[in-house]
Amino acid sequence: MTHRLMTHRLIARWLPSPLLSLALLVLWLMLNQTLEPAHLLLGSALAIAAPLLAAPLQPFKARIGKPAAILRLFSWALLEIIRSCFNVSRIILFSNANKLNSQFIKVPLDLNDPTGLAVLSCLINCTPGTVWVEILQDTHELSLHVFDLHDENWWIDTIKQRYESPLIAIFAREAS
Amino acid sequence: MINIPEDISPWLAIPVALLLICGSLITLVGTLGLLRLPHFYQRIHGPAISITFGAGSFLLASMLYFTVLQQRLVIHELLITAFVMLTAPVTAMLLMRTAVYRDLRNGRQSPDLKPATPLASGHATTAGANRPGLMEEQSDSNPE
Repeated sequence: MTHRLMTHRLIARWLPSPLLSLALLVLWLMLNQTLEPAHLLLGSALAIAAPLLAAPLQPFKARIGKPAAILRLFSWALLEIIRSCFNVSRIILFSNANKLNSQFIKVPLDLNDPTGLAVLSCLINCTPGTVWVEILQDTHELSLHVFDLHDENWWIDTIKQRYESPLIAIFAREAS
Repeated sequence: MINIPEDISPWLAIPVALLLICGSLITLVGTLGLLRLPHFYQRIHGPAISITFGAGSFLLASMLYFTVLQQRLVIHELLITAFVMLTAPVTAMLLMRTAVYRDLRNGRQSPDLKPATPLASGHATTAGANRPGLMEEQSDSNPE
């Protein structure tokens, strides 16, 4: 029992964020394009040292869960990015730019987790045709610029259902 | 250095060439958008397709080509994808906010802000009211 406790402590002490460490190790191996033991060792050292050195910066710790939701979110985002690419290309090539309905829209957000918001902003900005402007502080609404707006409610529904609800599930905090 | 082989199997050459052409066309269209669209808020959407689909096609072509040619899995291009996906949105967001901030400061509604619509003007007033905090609400929304 004390042995297990000590192991836990040891892990908490040296691997404060295991996922980050794993990502760093994978990054190192991919950069060097190898699986040699020497690089595994060097990468592991990096993966352990970097989070420890960054700890004084007190980075915000995210809790990630629900792999199914992550998969759902990113597969939808990928499809949406490809679809929007063709839409935007079509508009640039064939539409009269003066008839474009470029608009700012507002989407009320329920998501509060900073990491979740960061992921949401990345996905929205990666999707051609939409650019994140800011979150309005007093109403917690997301202000968004849409390249060619047809139906504002469609955008609001899409963002809330396809992006926001999986993100809330992924970054849900335990009630503790 | 990488030796370019004399003959590449058509089963490799055709998809790689298609991906490269597709990526180049999309990148060209993105650049055209930068050239043709009248307003800043529209031009910001043009290069987004080069970044996502254009770069994606090139990287996919690269992965395919070198994986087959070197007879091993070459996937470090995925890192480029990841870093582009992490950095490009930040640039777009900063540009957008700078433009909005500039327009608000100059008291100017840019043409495609469409001052007649309540949405755009509502946005302008709300954002103008907390103008000093324009760059800070991310930290303020921290629920801790």
